[in-house]
Amino acid sequence: MSAILRLEGVHTNIAQYQVLHGVSLDIPEGGVHVILGRNGAGKTTTLRTIMGLWKSRLGTIQFRGQDIAQLGTPDIARLGIAFVPENMGIFGGLTVEENMRLATHDGSFDTERLERIHAIFPAIKQFWQKPAHALSGGQKQMLAVSRAIIEKRDLILIDEPTKGLAPSIIRNMIAAFREIAEETTILLVEQNFHFAKALGQTVAVIDDGRIVHRGSMTELAEDAALQSRFLSLSLEAH
Amino acid sequence: MSDTSIPFRTRMSAGIDRFGGVMLLPVVLAFIAFVLIGQPSTWATLTIAGLAMGMMIFLMASGLSLIFGLMDVLNFGHSAFATAGAFVGATVLAWLGFWVTGGNPALNLAGLLLAIAAATIFGALAGWFFERVVIKPVYQDHLRQILITVGALIVAEELVLLIWGGAPIPVPRPAVLTGSIVFAGVSVEIYRIFAFLLGLVVYVAMYLVLNRTRLGLLIRAGVENREMVEALGFRIDRLFILVFMAGSALAAMGGAMWAGYQGLITAALGSEMMILVFIVVIIGGLGSIQGSLLGALLVGLMANYVAFLVPKMALASNMLLMMAILLWRPYGLLPAVKR
Repeated sequence: MSAILRLEGVHTNIAQYQVLHGVSLDIPEGGVHVILGRNGAGKTTTLRTIMGLWKSRLGTIQFRGQDIAQLGTPDIARLGIAFVPENMGIFGGLTVEENMRLATHDGSFDTERLERIHAIFPAIKQFWQKPAHALSGGQKQMLAVSRAIIEKRDLILIDEPTKGLAPSIIRNMIAAFREIAEETTILLVEQNFHFAKALGQTVAVIDDGRIVHRGSMTELAEDAALQSRFLSLSLEAH
Repeated sequence: MSDTSIPFRTRMSAGIDRFGGVMLLPVVLAFIAFVLIGQPSTWATLTIAGLAMGMMIFLMASGLSLIFGLMDVLNFGHSAFATAGAFVGATVLAWLGFWVTGGNPALNLAGLLLAIAAATIFGALAGWFFERVVIKPVYQDHLRQILITVGALIVAEELVLLIWGGAPIPVPRPAVLTGSIVFAGVSVEIYRIFAFLLGLVVYVAMYLVLNRTRLGLLIRAGVENREMVEALGFRIDRLFILVFMAGSALAAMGGAMWAGYQGLITAALGSEMMILVFIVVIIGGLGSIQGSLLGALLVGLMANYVAFLVPKMALASNMLLMMAILLWRPYGLLPAVKR
């Protein structure tokens, strides 16, 4: 499988602190790929660096062969990369419809696609004209993901979508992400190993700003020793 | 859940919201003033004067509120645009003296509108230059923003003194807008009615742009979360320039209107107004046009009522109003960002 995204030796600083120490990663095209790691390991920084929200100091980031490391965030987004941040990035003063409309390139919806999104996340349809700040945490997460897929994207970066969500909503999210992954590539950052295991095809474990393990999710899920070595903190937490 | 199980405060708040919520505050203020003043004709004159003053302050404050809200820029130089607008407007009015003071009402109005247009265009262009040269290097750095914009304000005021001199400049008021009309025993200056109507037109235009266009949608989103707007593929820096130009143009327009209202202007005009403008932006809520309008009307009404009732308290009254509102709603009456 060819890589849609390739990071090589990426170093990123936040202020005077170096957070990423040479992250190298290949994300194959299609399916769900997961970055796991404990708090502060560099997961969010990796996603934000890919998105251009924090600039890498060294290294290359290639998307479909094009170096995007020094591109501005809007230019990266226009290449077909969507981002769902940890805080969901919902515009609370805008209605659900306005949030969705903003994510379209010309302000108009593809009706068929919108209906599919409504089928995946019925709450989006139900609260279409409500201000987004009035939604619950789970509904906001659904809106954030819906916004990312309102138009066809090649790659969606999603940062800890299960954070603070109830188990029933997480189950719905798993089903939704499986459906979304049929047409696009998802790079997911997670701490919840059970959620990651249910979705991921490949996995990379990051620790102290370095990739310490790469492989298939099946291999990690079946190997207790590997889990214990790389994810003991995460497994204990969940 | 029965109604009685809902706390009284929540029920009262919901009831007030049904009738307009905080938008009722100017009405409440006007009612209290009516009781205290006692004379309906005086109260009506003061109310119309307050509304007109409020609308002119709104013109100056709305742009600053958007600049604060969207760009997170503390622009203490905003008043320079009001001053520049006042002087450019006054100069154009003086050039068009025959049009403005002659007996043809159409030419009177055309002269005034040309003066306002010249001030507004000058404000937009000066705003573009100011954003590129002064503001752009200090994005994300509030301390430097304060220092450099205060410095720029001083330079701008000195430039005004250099060009127009230190003596107060008389501003010719269009003949058609001089004098008053008397209705039901209430005397109202025509210029104030014009100022109120112009402010209303600008508010409606801004409301429509912000709520009915894609550009407005982007601005409202940018006020809440600049980073996410960029992550959706939009160049926020271009939006910044546009909003800064619009905010500066509005301040210049407000300055030109204020010049006509005052009749005599000095280089300190903008700085004198700035306290009221900042109060409006703070009590209205950052980034909110409705909030700016509400705050401006409250400030205009309060200034006129208190100037009549307790003249020495005129400025202090608005400070007290700001303190009271911030104690009640720390983010202002109608903040753009919903927390």
